[in-house]
Amino acid sequence: MSASAAASSATALRCVGVTRSFASSAGPVPVLRGIDLDAREGEVLFLVGPSGCGKTTLLTVIAGLLRRDGGECSVLGEDQEAMDKGQAADFRRANIGFVFQAYNLIPTLSVAENVSVPLLLNGRSWAAARRDAEAVLASVGLADKADESPSRLSGGQQQRVAIARAIVHAPRLIVCDEPTSALDHKNGEEVMRLLRQLAREKGSTLVVVTHDHRIYDYADRIAEMDDGRVVRISTPAEAARHDQ
Amino acid sequence: MLRVSWKMLVGDTAKYLGILFSLAFTTLLITQQGATLLGILSSTTSFIDSIGGVDLWVVDARVQNVDDIKALTDTQVYRVRSVPGVAWAVPLYKGSIKARLPDGTSQNCQLIGLDDATLIGGPASMLSGRLADLRNADAVLIDEDAARDKLARRDANGQQQAAGVGATFELNDHRATVVGVYRGQRNFQSQPVVYTTYNRAKTILPNERKLLSYILVRLQPGADVVSVQTLIRQSTGLRAYTGEEFSSSSLAYFIQNTGVIMNVGLSAVMAFVIGGGIAGMTFYDFMLDNQRYFAVLRAMGTRDATMVGMVTLQAAGVTLIGFGLGIGAGAALLRFVLANSEISLTLTWPLLAAVGSIVVLVGVVAGTMGLLRVLRTDPAVVFK
Ligand SMILES: Nc1ncnc2c1ncn2[C@@H]1O[C@H](COP(=O)(O)OP(=O)(O)OP(=O)(O)O)[C@@H](O)[C@H]1O
Ligand SMILES: [Mg+2]
Repeated sequence: MSASAAASSATALRCVGVTRSFASSAGPVPVLRGIDLDAREGEVLFLVGPSGCGKTTLLTVIAGLLRRDGGECSVLGEDQEAMDKGQAADFRRANIGFVFQAYNLIPTLSVAENVSVPLLLNGRSWAAARRDAEAVLASVGLADKADESPSRLSGGQQQRVAIARAIVHAPRLIVCDEPTSALDHKNGEEVMRLLRQLAREKGSTLVVVTHDHRIYDYADRIAEMDDGRVVRISTPAEAARHDQ
Repeated sequence: MLRVSWKMLVGDTAKYLGILFSLAFTTLLITQQGATLLGILSSTTSFIDSIGGVDLWVVDARVQNVDDIKALTDTQVYRVRSVPGVAWAVPLYKGSIKARLPDGTSQNCQLIGLDDATLIGGPASMLSGRLADLRNADAVLIDEDAARDKLARRDANGQQQAAGVGATFELNDHRATVVGVYRGQRNFQSQPVVYTTYNRAKTILPNERKLLSYILVRLQPGADVVSVQTLIRQSTGLRAYTGEEFSSSSLAYFIQNTGVIMNVGLSAVMAFVIGGGIAGMTFYDFMLDNQRYFAVLRAMGTRDATMVGMVTLQAAGVTLIGFGLGIGAGAALLRFVLANSEISLTLTWPLLAAVGSIVVLVGVVAGTMGLLRVLRTDPAVVFK
């Protein structure tokens, strides 16, 4: 499947004028100063920019885990802040997958059990969840690690498990915060390649926060942020030209 | 998700076992202390409780408890008998005496003397022999534990021979012949309790001027208990307790004058505080360790109700298993290790229920604190 075929006209994510500030001893500090951003369904969108510019904060707002102060933000046409707490949880459970920098695998569960969790949350039986988890683990090259404890895997392997967990229930949107920054170059590329490939297969939209120039080529578009605003949106080729 | 929740708990083997062990240990300690307390308390009144069919216990007016014996004179039995409303009144002797066994050893015993004519107050459950055989010459009854142990005789090989019907020993240089063995409650002093008749007790103890410990009274049908109590007081100067009053008065006296509740109660409270505290803290620690993962689960869309279910399962699971292990160990301890202790220790349903509620309290407190912690954690921390 090519990038252009996956990119449909439907909008997966739309942010208009999103603002958010945090309280500090010196009064409120604006962190998001009016974010305008959208992503089409199936698109791979990177969020890049200097440290502290608000990337993680924006991702948390998009995921529905942090309230915005102003502006609009909808995922799959739905505003999560208009839902009550339970509905919002149901929405995330069905539609959003998560990949973290720190993997966040549950250490007392096996690899396959970790991957099963989103399916179990969505009401699948233990056995059915296990079957699907094994299939996704095979596609990230970890079929033989299903019964291992996550702590016995390398960082790259753990992040591949996390990818399997994020994608196993085919969510429409996957949010990733620095998924490769704890990994060396080779493992980082492998993780990004798998993430993109599986997202394409399932038709999921990917929003990836990253610092990692080496993986820019995996993006369809790159949104550059600075000081709480999106300052430029470009293709990987354009971004590479700007960097020189 | 409940299965996930349980796996999260038991997956942390060290903490899981720590929680189980401290809960089990708490349960065990409280059970043992509670059983000890109940055993001591019930043994103080076991003598009163063991004598059935009696409406009133008449004693010296100054007597407050069953072990505080101020002897009466025989004539007072006749005076009580003549009080209106009294159907019958019989004497009962209770005192201690040294028994001399055929092998030359001696043993402190309690001696009970029953009314010769009626044998009222005698043991209810005979294992061998008959109560009526007490009227035979030199006859005594002994309890089953004493027959097996303290009044048993060593044979030529040094083996203990249980004392059965026909066995003899000496009470104050008087020959005593066992005519029956009964099943009795263990008393506090855990001495053998030897029954004989009131008049034979007098012969055995010729030097004592007054031997009458209690007068046992049965009321006429329809007689009012309180008015008969008053009449006895007025016409004899003696005090008439119902069995229940005598029991609770004895119990109150015992509790006030021994500090037993304080001692045993304090140990139980300490067991609760220390064991329950460790269990609760370990569980809370487990919740803290997993706070991040609970936040991840909530970010992934776990509803609060599901979180409540997961934490409740964890808390309830360890509480029940810990309680089960502790009660099991407690029952085994009482049954096998402490079975021959001074007082009878039994695991009664009320005790089980009381210990259960205490341990459940620990589980509820720890679970609630952990749950609040989980629900208060902002799921946004998952990106930190
Ligand atoms: N919960 C919070 N309370 C107060 N300030 C916060 C909070 N979260 C973020 N900030 C502040 O907001 C700013 C942006 O943080 P954010 O984590 O979004 O940056 P970032 O672009 O992801 O940076 P990095 O690349 O270092 O991860 C920072 O100055 C941070 O200190
Ligand atoms: Mg960040």
